[in-house]
Amino acid sequence: MNRLPSWIRQHLAALRAVAVLTVILGVAYPLVTTGVAQAVFNGNANGNPALIGQSFTDADGDPVAKYFQSRPSAGGYDMLATAAGNLGPEDVLDTLPVPGAVDDEGHPDTGKQSLLTQVCARSAAIGHLEGVSGARPYCTPDGVGAVLKLFPALGTPTRAVSVNQACPAQPFVATYQGVTVECGKPGEDYSAGRTVPIRGDVTAVVPPDAVTASASSLDPHISVAYAELQAPAWPGSAACPSTG
Amino acid sequence: MGWLFILSLIVALALVYRVLGDHMHRVYTGTKHNAVERVVYRLLGVQPGNEQRWGAYARSLLAFSIVSIFFVYALQRLQDRLWLSLGFAPVPDHIAWNTAISFVTNTNWQAYSGENTMGHLTQMAALAVQNFVSAAVGMAVAIALVRGFARRNSDTIGNFWVDLVRGTLRILLPIAFVGALVLVAGGVVQNFAGPHEITTLTGNVQNVTGGPVASQEAIKELGTNGGGFYNTNSAHPYENPTAWTNWFEIFLILLIPVALTRTFGRMVGQVRQGYAILAVMGVIAVASIVLTNVFELAGNATVPQAVGAAMEGKDVRFGVANSATFAAATTLTSTGAVNSFHDSYTPFGGMMTLFDMMLGEVAPGGVGAGLYGMLILAVITVFVAGLMVGRTPEYLGKKIGSREIKLASLYFLVTPVLVLVGTAVAMGNAAGLAAMLNSGPHGFSEILYAFTSASNNNGSAFGGVTVNTPWYDVALGMCMVLGRFLPIIFVLALAGSLARQTPVPESAGTLPTHRPQFVGLVVGVTIVLVALTFLPALALGPIAEGLL
Repeated sequence: MNRLPSWIRQHLAALRAVAVLTVILGVAYPLVTTGVAQAVFNGNANGNPALIGQSFTDADGDPVAKYFQSRPSAGGYDMLATAAGNLGPEDVLDTLPVPGAVDDEGHPDTGKQSLLTQVCARSAAIGHLEGVSGARPYCTPDGVGAVLKLFPALGTPTRAVSVNQACPAQPFVATYQGVTVECGKPGEDYSAGRTVPIRGDVTAVVPPDAVTASASSLDPHISVAYAELQAPAWPGSAACPSTG
Repeated sequence: MGWLFILSLIVALALVYRVLGDHMHRVYTGTKHNAVERVVYRLLGVQPGNEQRWGAYARSLLAFSIVSIFFVYALQRLQDRLWLSLGFAPVPDHIAWNTAISFVTNTNWQAYSGENTMGHLTQMAALAVQNFVSAAVGMAVAIALVRGFARRNSDTIGNFWVDLVRGTLRILLPIAFVGALVLVAGGVVQNFAGPHEITTLTGNVQNVTGGPVASQEAIKELGTNGGGFYNTNSAHPYENPTAWTNWFEIFLILLIPVALTRTFGRMVGQVRQGYAILAVMGVIAVASIVLTNVFELAGNATVPQAVGAAMEGKDVRFGVANSATFAAATTLTSTGAVNSFHDSYTPFGGMMTLFDMMLGEVAPGGVGAGLYGMLILAVITVFVAGLMVGRTPEYLGKKIGSREIKLASLYFLVTPVLVLVGTAVAMGNAAGLAAMLNSGPHGFSEILYAFTSASNNNGSAFGGVTVNTPWYDVALGMCMVLGRFLPIIFVLALAGSLARQTPVPESAGTLPTHRPQFVGLVVGVTIVLVALTFLPALALGPIAEGLL
């Protein structure tokens, strides 16, 4: 073996090292760990279902009132497709669906909701479900992001558009700095304007975790505030449900 | 609670610092080989007593890494013909290539979704094995550099195979085994179940799946690897089920990089030199963790203001604060595991994760990689300080001459070149631009983050970016390979050149490198170098997003 050139010897040693270490670290280690884990913590090792969130909706996707509703999930509580939403903190501009338009496969154009509009829409829906106000800062009363595009981008505006509110919706403010606010026309390119989200003067009742997608897409928890918001809607809320 | 979480981590690390640091010192300086190791050396056909010059050490390391890349690639491509494939098809060639490089380079960038791509055997025998050995390779390089400082008139810097085997079997394997069982106690799964369906309380069907997760999760954190068994990584309840497993996973991430500073001090015969390096790491790390928490808790951006908290992409059991602390820990090291999604962070919170990686992941950095990165910065610092007073700089008794400073500078230049050129090329062509999920400055941040993460071997992502395309798999694969092995070659060359020297005796003109003054200098040099290099790029991304 010592007669081989040194670079070949190096690679032979490397090949053997990968093989030997794979047996130790890739086979023996996980098998022994599994054996001990199964013997000592059998329930946990096989997966405690209480750790995995699920959706409490009926066949149509509507909330079933006797259960606490889980958080929004970007992966639909599917453990084979876990995912986060990944939209950024300034993702506030929707792409409005163009009525009548279809994509390459013939499906109707659904546009694209910004993260802000997703938050506003969830808040409005939960407010409606629980019989409280679904209003939040930076949201319109009809549950989309309250965002204006101002033209020209610099200087005194001469034109203002509430870009996330598709016509014929009534803009959430009538005027901005003396300029009449228009509703958004689907398909029109507003990218040249200056983006100005409008905070408004409301305090949110629906808690933060209820309107945001989780990281795991399987979040088993909700906040105490969200539980308390939902509790009155649950018949017999004085006791815990005995679910099997 | 967020403060208690951070403080208790610091206390826990302080408690194990000496024990683990001294243990690693014995591992890498001991002369005895135990029975198992002797068998392993015989199977490898290597003589453990043979010391290697830096060139031979580097060639062994590269040979091992190249063979590893082919092996991991082959297991992915052949998984449907082997056991435990769960019925998954072979991994597509460009993704398999990218993944092989990613795991061998300790990056663990993932252009795939674990739960619907990788069979259990691929996870165990290809990916988790690399979680161990890529970490052991990083530690070996760090130890070789420390030997360069510690030895005098020596042609050799150790034996790669001995460092690899000892680091794996005596340090990583025992801690990972205990760590895996602790995680199972917390609820992490460890079984061989595949995908199956269950019926939910409301009568719907839900897909669930299992796997040997705990054994992989423990080494994923301990080896600062970061590649999740499942797509949502350490946010997934079967990878990180509770608030205390979250604490434990951060502890595992920081454990070895922190304790290695003690090993360094012991090996150069001056424990206080290790404390100085630890102090540099500590100052930067605490500042970063606190700032990340402050920015995320303040929630200054339109969507977090509308929500009332930066909760998008975060789980309730971690909350905003303990998600932010994990994010800082994972990017200050070369881990890249995530328990929340950085893409949805506030502009400045997200910038902190980018900035942590741009620092070169030195505070405390990846296992081994953090120590050698920080020692390079210390070398650059004594050089800068030497220029100020007009003396030949020296560190730990070794002269930092022309050859040494050239190697240190080349080391430092590799990642900025890869990050900035890679980002520029991506922004200049359609295949690069197509990957953005978000638009505007945030879209630019996604691309910048991808190249920063790959070139620094971190592996986390602004997750909205679509990188499972041939263009990105190849481009980021190149960044991972060059960002890992070029610096390693420069470090080993530096080690060889330092080991040959006769130490110069300390004199009145020697800059003391264990005092607060030196700690401050290294922190300053680190921040200034990184700021000068990356500020323009940050200004186009997170800073523009945060200020406009």
